[in-house]
Amino acid sequence: MLSAESIKRIDYEITKYPADQRRAAVMSALRIVQTERGWLSKESISEVAAYLRMPDIAAMEVATFYNMYDLAPAGKYKITICTNISCMLRDSDAIVLHLQTRLGVGFNQVTADGKFCLKEGECMGACGGAPLMMVNNHTMHEFLTTEKVDVVLEALK
Amino acid sequence: MTTRVAKAKDVKVKAPVMSDLKGQTLLCLRTMKEKNPASLATYEKLGGYVQLKRIVAEKVKAIDIINQVKVSNLRGRGGAGFPTGLKWSFMPRYFDGIKYLVCNSDEGEPGTFKDRDILRYNPHQLIEGMAIAAYTLGARVGYNYIHGEIWQDYEIFENALHEARAAGYIGENLFGTNFSVDLYAVHGYGAYICGEETALIESIEGKKGQPRFKPPFPASYGVFGKPTNVNNTESFASIPWILQHGGEAFAALGVPNSGGTKLFSVSGHVEKPGNYEVKMGTPFSELLGMAGGVWKGGKLKAVIPGGPSTPVMTAEMIQNATMDYDGLSKAGSSLGAGSMIVMDETTCMVKTLKRLSYFFYEESCGQCTPCREGTGWVYRVINRIASGHGKMEDLELLTSVSSNISGRTICALGDAAATPVLSFIKHFRSEFEYYIQHGKSMVDGK
Repeated sequence: MLSAESIKRIDYEITKYPADQRRAAVMSALRIVQTERGWLSKESISEVAAYLRMPDIAAMEVATFYNMYDLAPAGKYKITICTNISCMLRDSDAIVLHLQTRLGVGFNQVTADGKFCLKEGECMGACGGAPLMMVNNHTMHEFLTTEKVDVVLEALK
Repeated sequence: MTTRVAKAKDVKVKAPVMSDLKGQTLLCLRTMKEKNPASLATYEKLGGYVQLKRIVAEKVKAIDIINQVKVSNLRGRGGAGFPTGLKWSFMPRYFDGIKYLVCNSDEGEPGTFKDRDILRYNPHQLIEGMAIAAYTLGARVGYNYIHGEIWQDYEIFENALHEARAAGYIGENLFGTNFSVDLYAVHGYGAYICGEETALIESIEGKKGQPRFKPPFPASYGVFGKPTNVNNTESFASIPWILQHGGEAFAALGVPNSGGTKLFSVSGHVEKPGNYEVKMGTPFSELLGMAGGVWKGGKLKAVIPGGPSTPVMTAEMIQNATMDYDGLSKAGSSLGAGSMIVMDETTCMVKTLKRLSYFFYEESCGQCTPCREGTGWVYRVINRIASGHGKMEDLELLTSVSSNISGRTICALGDAAATPVLSFIKHFRSEFEYYIQHGKSMVDGK
């Protein structure tokens, strides 16, 4: 069941659209539920669909199309690092190597303690701060160095 | 692999030091010189919302506003460069029902990050621009669709909307008239394709971001099937200035065919990556100088001037070019969204193209066969070359597959995917040949 807090947030998003277009809030609703639960199970997606009165498959289509939704557990902290051209030119490869070595996982893997998951991201639209990474989709860390990555990881308890 | 790692310090959301603004003509980012650039008080102090109030209170005619925008020579800042005033004139004047306005802040083309600075440093100018557009076009509701990855900036913008609503700049019966407009922030969640306006509209409706076949264009069938006008963030943010100073003044800032200022996102191998707002027609060398020149005093090798959907240029091609539509077109490329990616002589063009090709393969929405299949094919062939197993005929294969994607898809992603392949091979062919013959890079020997 969706939590009261999630429903409150989803209801706010619904107010942005005409009354007969409730499903338009699905992008936000999936984001809200994922933020609360860590990832989107089939059951979570169905609950969102039911709340927005749309077919399960339509919500599933959205969840599978956009790559910031996680359809499998992604650790307590999902770290998404951009490796696209502007980050690559500022040596994101060295940051990737450092993250993989330190966490002991490759892309799309979760550490044994379930704490971290590493993902390769596409351009995040913040290339002036390259190289950069996001933690749990909503916190961006820019101008990364290996030292700075260590500081960020230490702070994630 | 090189071991160079950026040493710059983290930056919080604040205005940069003054020296960074030297040489810039701040128009869309006019609050940047202030202490709290994003606040309503700052924007009001600089004359913010005065134009909106004047236009609404004096009931200025829509046609007069559209004419000013036409005179200004403002061309769509999202990359296509379509004249904004002309686009506005396509919106049906009379329509029995709700019309929509959409702001496209879904910048996800590699190297593009200009709209982000408008959202986080000058959100109220964007809101005023959208509100003026809504008044002009008779739109009752507007959405600003923001790239999901810049979440902190989404929150700054949404907060600015709450401030504007509380201050009576958006909402019901503004300034005691019968004009009402509601503006909302909505977000993407990781899909480059949603920068395409009809994919973006699908996404606003809560669907997969797959582009619609055009016609019908959004002006007749847009959000929820209603007439919709879509403009880029920077285009909307230019509107208040144009109406304050007049279209002619805006046009005069630039050069013929390219009015006003332009935000250039400079990234890659420069000393000071970031956004630079300069007059259209600014020489490339001047812009590069503002960005501190090539990183660590290196030698310039290549520049992608407007994002990867614009052809790559060699240092020779761009060194004397001016940064405007005609200037870059004459020099053999295009202005695009003003996303200038700088590469120094240590850059391997084969590996760079491999990364770009992977991007387009990953981001193809899968709707049209030439793009869905072609982008994967192109990536596999370049990957084969970059792994040392390339064949000489692969270069012709890449050219032929790319040319066959281009122009055969519903949206421009197909053309965008073909552009880097064709231009990289055209201008750096010897590097590709060397890689195929020796199984390693001419540049880094790996």
